[in-house]
Amino acid sequence: MAARVYRTTGIIIKRNKFGEADRLLTIFTADHGKLRAIAKGAMRPGSKLGGNVELLTHSQLMLARGRNLDIVTQAQALDIFLPMRDSLELMSCGFYLSELVDSFIEENVEDREMFELLLDTLRRLTETGDGERMVRFFELRLLGHLGYTPQLQKCANCDRNLRPETNYYNPAQGGVLCRECGYSDMSAGTISVNAQKVLRLWQRSDIATAGRVKLSTELAREIKGILRDNVRYLLEKQLKSIDWLDRLAGDSSLNCDKAVTQNSNGSQE
Amino acid sequence: MNPDFLPSARPISRLIEELNKLPGIGPKSAQRLAYHLLQTPPERTRDLAEAIIAIKQNLRLCSTCLNITDTDPCGICADGTRDTTRICVVEEPIDILPLERTKKFRGLYHVLHGVISPGDGIKPEDLHIRELLDRLNSNSIIEVILATNPNAEGEATSMYIQRLVSPLGIRVTRLARGLPFGGDLEYADDVTLSRAMEGRQEMS
Repeated sequence: MAARVYRTTGIIIKRNKFGEADRLLTIFTADHGKLRAIAKGAMRPGSKLGGNVELLTHSQLMLARGRNLDIVTQAQALDIFLPMRDSLELMSCGFYLSELVDSFIEENVEDREMFELLLDTLRRLTETGDGERMVRFFELRLLGHLGYTPQLQKCANCDRNLRPETNYYNPAQGGVLCRECGYSDMSAGTISVNAQKVLRLWQRSDIATAGRVKLSTELAREIKGILRDNVRYLLEKQLKSIDWLDRLAGDSSLNCDKAVTQNSNGSQE
Repeated sequence: MNPDFLPSARPISRLIEELNKLPGIGPKSAQRLAYHLLQTPPERTRDLAEAIIAIKQNLRLCSTCLNITDTDPCGICADGTRDTTRICVVEEPIDILPLERTKKFRGLYHVLHGVISPGDGIKPEDLHIRELLDRLNSNSIIEVILATNPNAEGEATSMYIQRLVSPLGIRVTRLARGLPFGGDLEYADDVTLSRAMEGRQEMS
C-alpha cells in the first residue's frame, strides 16, 4: 500500500475557495504531475500554510492521502518570485502561464520536463523582467512537448524545403506551408522570414539563449499572433487571461491580433 | 428531494435541506438546527424568518460607495463627521467591518465587489472601478487607500487601480503587509517576511 504521507515540490497553478477558510489547490508537482489538494485554514491570517501555498509559489510540500482529495499538511516556499509579484505585467504573464498549464496538462501524470520548463520560465521572467519573450518561448516548447512541434523546416503539406521568403502558417496542418500550398489554404495566415527564423532558433535553443533574441515590436506581435492561434486551435477555446494581457499591452496589440485574423481572411480571397 | 432529508416530516425536511445549503452547515448541523427551531417559541422563529426576508427586501447598494445598505447614501457616507478626503478601497462589503472595528480610519469607503482575476475571466469592468474614478474626479480626494487582500489577485487589482489613480495627482497608499499579531516568525511565509523587512519602522 502506498505511504499515507508523501513529500514533493510543486508550483501552485490555481486555487479556489473551499468551505469557510480552506483552499482547493491545483498543484503542478515535480513527481506526481498535476494534482488537486486541500489546504486547510489557508485563508486565515496567521495560517502557516497561507503564503506558502499562494498562486505561483514554488513550494516544498507534505501531503497526506485523503479519500477523495489529498491534504496539504506542511508547506514551505522555495521560491516566491517576488519581483514578479511587484509588477502587474509580469504577474499577468504568470496568470497566463498558470492557466495555460492547467488547460493543457492532465491530472496525475508525472511530467518532470514540463514542470522544469514552467519553473525555468518563472525564474527567468523574475530575473530578467522580460515576460513577453519568456511566455512565447514557453508556448512554443509546450506545443513541442505535447507532440505538436510546429513544422518549420519543410512545408507541412508537400514536404518540400521551405524557401527563405514569406510563407504561410496553419496550426491545423501542423506548421509552415510553402507559398504554393499556403496560397490555396483558406485558413492559413502569412508568416514572415524573420518569424520563421526566430521560431526555428527557439525550437533548439535553451531559455537563456531564447531571451537574448532581439525582437522588433512588429516581429514580437507577429510571433504572438501565430503562437496564440496555435494554442487556441489545440485547446479549441480562447484562454480567459488573454483578454487581460491584451488590455495591459494597450490597444496597439489588440489591433495586432486583428491584423493576424485579417491576414488569414485575406488569403481566403 | 434529497433522500438524506426524507425520514422527517415534510416541512422539517424542507427546512433541513435549506439550512444545509448555508456555508459551514453540514447535514447533521442542519438537522440539529431544524429540530431546535421546532422547539423555539413561534414569535422567535417569526423574528428570524422576517430578518432573513428583510435583508433581501430592504437592502441595496449605496449609490456612492456601493456598500450594502438600507438607506441611500449609507450610514458611513451620510455621516457628516467623517473625513471625506480619503477613500479606502475594499474588495467586498464584509471587509469594511474589520476596518471599522479598528476605529483607525475615519474616511469613506469604496467597495469593488470582486477582484481582477484573469484566470476566471473577471475583468476591471466587472468591478466598480469606473464608479471610483467618477468619485475621484468630482470630489476633493487627497488619498486613496488600497485595502484589497494581500494575494495574487488582490495585488494585481491594487496595482491596476494605482495606475489609473496616480496620474490624477492623488496620493495612493497600500495597506502595510507584514506579520500578523500573535503570529510566529518561524511560520511566516517568505513574501510576508520580505515585505515586513522592507516596511520596517523605526521604534520611537
